[in-house]
Amino acid sequence: MLKTPHTSDRTLMIVFTILVLAGPLILAPVGAGYPDLMQRFVIYGIFAIGFNILFGLTGYLSFGHAAFLGVGSYSAIWMLKLLSVNIVPAIIFSVVVSGLFALLIGYISLRRSGIYFSILTLAFAQMSYNLAYSVLTPITNGETGLQLELDDPRILDGASESGQVASPSLFGFEMSDTAVVPFLGMDLQFNVGFYVSALILIGMFYLSLRIFRSPFGMMLRAIKSNQTRLNYTGFNSRPYALTAFVISGMYAGLAGALLVCMDPLAGAERMQWTASGEVVLMTIMGGAGTLIGPVLGAGIIKYFENIFSRINESVVEGWFSALPEGVTDVLVAVVSPFLGSGWHISLGLIFMLVVIFLPGGLVEGAGRLMNLVVRLWQSRKTGASQSDTGPADGVTPAEEVSHRSVNTRES
Amino acid sequence: MSNYYLNRRKFLQGSAVLGAGLVAPTIFTRAASAYTNEPGSGSVVLGFNVPQSGPYADEGADELRAYKLAVKHLNGEGDGGMLKTFSSQVLKGTGILGRKVEYVTGDTQTKSDAARASARAMIEKDGAIMITGGSSSGVAVAVQSLCQDAGVIFMAGLTHSNDTTGKDRKANGFRHFFNAYMSAAALAPVLSEHYGNDRKAYHLTADYTWGWTQEQSMMAATEELGWETVNTVRTPLSATDFSSYIAPVTNSGADVLILNHYGGNMVNSLTNAVQFGLREKMVNGKQFEIVVPLYSRLMARGAGDSVKGIFGSTNWHWSLQDEGSKAFVESFGKEYGQPPSQAAHTCYVQTLLYADAAERAGSFNPCAIVEALEGYEFDGLGNGKTLYRAEDHQCFKDVLVVRGKENPSSEFDLLEVVNVTSADKVTYEPDHPMFAGGSLGKCNPGA
Repeated sequence: MLKTPHTSDRTLMIVFTILVLAGPLILAPVGAGYPDLMQRFVIYGIFAIGFNILFGLTGYLSFGHAAFLGVGSYSAIWMLKLLSVNIVPAIIFSVVVSGLFALLIGYISLRRSGIYFSILTLAFAQMSYNLAYSVLTPITNGETGLQLELDDPRILDGASESGQVASPSLFGFEMSDTAVVPFLGMDLQFNVGFYVSALILIGMFYLSLRIFRSPFGMMLRAIKSNQTRLNYTGFNSRPYALTAFVISGMYAGLAGALLVCMDPLAGAERMQWTASGEVVLMTIMGGAGTLIGPVLGAGIIKYFENIFSRINESVVEGWFSALPEGVTDVLVAVVSPFLGSGWHISLGLIFMLVVIFLPGGLVEGAGRLMNLVVRLWQSRKTGASQSDTGPADGVTPAEEVSHRSVNTRES
Repeated sequence: MSNYYLNRRKFLQGSAVLGAGLVAPTIFTRAASAYTNEPGSGSVVLGFNVPQSGPYADEGADELRAYKLAVKHLNGEGDGGMLKTFSSQVLKGTGILGRKVEYVTGDTQTKSDAARASARAMIEKDGAIMITGGSSSGVAVAVQSLCQDAGVIFMAGLTHSNDTTGKDRKANGFRHFFNAYMSAAALAPVLSEHYGNDRKAYHLTADYTWGWTQEQSMMAATEELGWETVNTVRTPLSATDFSSYIAPVTNSGADVLILNHYGGNMVNSLTNAVQFGLREKMVNGKQFEIVVPLYSRLMARGAGDSVKGIFGSTNWHWSLQDEGSKAFVESFGKEYGQPPSQAAHTCYVQTLLYADAAERAGSFNPCAIVEALEGYEFDGLGNGKTLYRAEDHQCFKDVLVVRGKENPSSEFDLLEVVNVTSADKVTYEPDHPMFAGGSLGKCNPGA
């Protein structure tokens, strides 16, 4: 099945699959092991992977990807309302619609590059947001948002039990069904919706891996390195960029559809420019142009948004309650502005640190850490045979050199 | 398949895959319990989902104060507040059904998406058995349907749209607060008395479910008086500057401006309108007037001098002199050093009503609670005799018509009650056209 050219890709794919499927087990100890957040991790992971195909490969920075997320959401909920609560038609329809929408916007926006492209996409996204919010209210239900209703026509499976709105399902498996398994004092929540999204994420990750390694991916990288030169060599680069734009728009549409399938409500705020900015943050934080980075970035930002924002003052007081009262008050006063409603501050700080010290994102950080460990291990081996200075001394200078070289390159 | 051999290894592999396939569906069935988040014997968790950012953040903060106070009183701390004056005396300050009341809080950000995410976290992560709150009807409608699907009770906080208990009503959702229709019905006679029956009205409306139904209700009520509606303009909920919407009013020939705005929106739009000198204008030979159908003290404070003499309606006001209101104001004031707002009042009452219903039903099962609340009549919670109507889960009670005080004696004494419109004057049929199109469905216990 995995016919990747590199064995390292195969390892990456296998590790990624295992990590995603073991989500409930890994996330439960950090308080994120509940279906809603796990689904968000996975869905925004798909969104960020798609965004990375455009931004990471071609270097075109789109500031309007939330528009495709929103279009995907609205298409999906209309399919759930009109056709069937089965999520398959909803997903297919929304991917097609967002693909067409991306084709339209991409065709116009890609006539410009750099900041002009970013501003064009931003303008289109804000336009879509404002349309969804006001003019298109009959289709989008405006600010209130669109939901499933009891009297939806649902042509294919309309005759369901009365009195309850059916929840989205995949051939009988309801997305909201959860099995709770006690394990080492934690409640692991195995949720159908999470696993459906997780399988799609793995498939999409594989697809993005294949795109990265393909001649098409090479072409996109060529656009990033120097589009003018590419044009002079006789290639028409625009169709390639447009294809990448449409693919990433379809990824976003898929993510939007999954959001609706997991929680059947589509609201206009999903298309707002903050949502577009969020996916840019995710990608840069994790590492633009890397395979796993966007998923990592999506996870971190959603974790902050959902877990850090819920830590209120009384929880912080609980942490320090063992200390003397004066010390507790000081610590609470120092720490609490960064938690709860101040979660944006801590996220901003982390983002700054990442951009300044790890321009390649968290993936670069992980790589450096890995290098450090490998070198430590190797020097310990050689150090043991040579029996001289401590292993740490042998490593630090080399590490510092690499550090400095990065900094000078950046400055 | 000539080269196919079934050796031991392959057989084991095959049967493992088959076994996993057969087991998979049975994994995905819920753990057996009677209903979603059945609490243990020690404590019960309530979810307080209020806006802590966005245009309704002030209301949200006051709601949270009220919730915390209600939890204190339910657990037997503090002075007991309205537990003493409540006509149903089953709550003794020993928690609910012998369980200590705990709570989790969340930020709705006044956005449907964020509110639902927050509510789902409360239900799935913290095991909340009841969700309450919301200072926007859009959010309330979204969270109410989430609670219906998840099988927990939703006790709506401050939500004034007709749709919450109209076309979007749900069996698991209950609203104590009044609604747009009631506001309009209560205001109309007062407006007619003070401003006459020959007026031209211009509406500025917050562009979402509450604004739409508020505008519809006010139009219907004022047109019945003989007023003419000149124009209706929708404004985005996120707007902070309304001058571009106010300027056209002066040239429209209208002599009344109706601001279907709430919270931060209303503070800004009213301030803009007053800055434009609308209130000093004479149009059609009459003094130009501004009406704010839904009023609150927090908004009045935010708008400062601009509110003087402006009519509006409110669900409750701290200056009321019945036993319940006095007890609540006293205990809220002792705790926080300020009188409660109407948002705080409705949230406090909703928490008490839920606890009381669980106590009377002897169970936390959502269906038992629905049964206990439907058609329930109570008194002593600040609004006089009140009925929770079974057909749409809406409370029916007196509505206050208020006016901004000309000479406030303190920073809290900003509104004066002009008229108390009795409940029967604002009651409507459950299938009234403004509320039609919805159905409660069946109560959903989840699981």
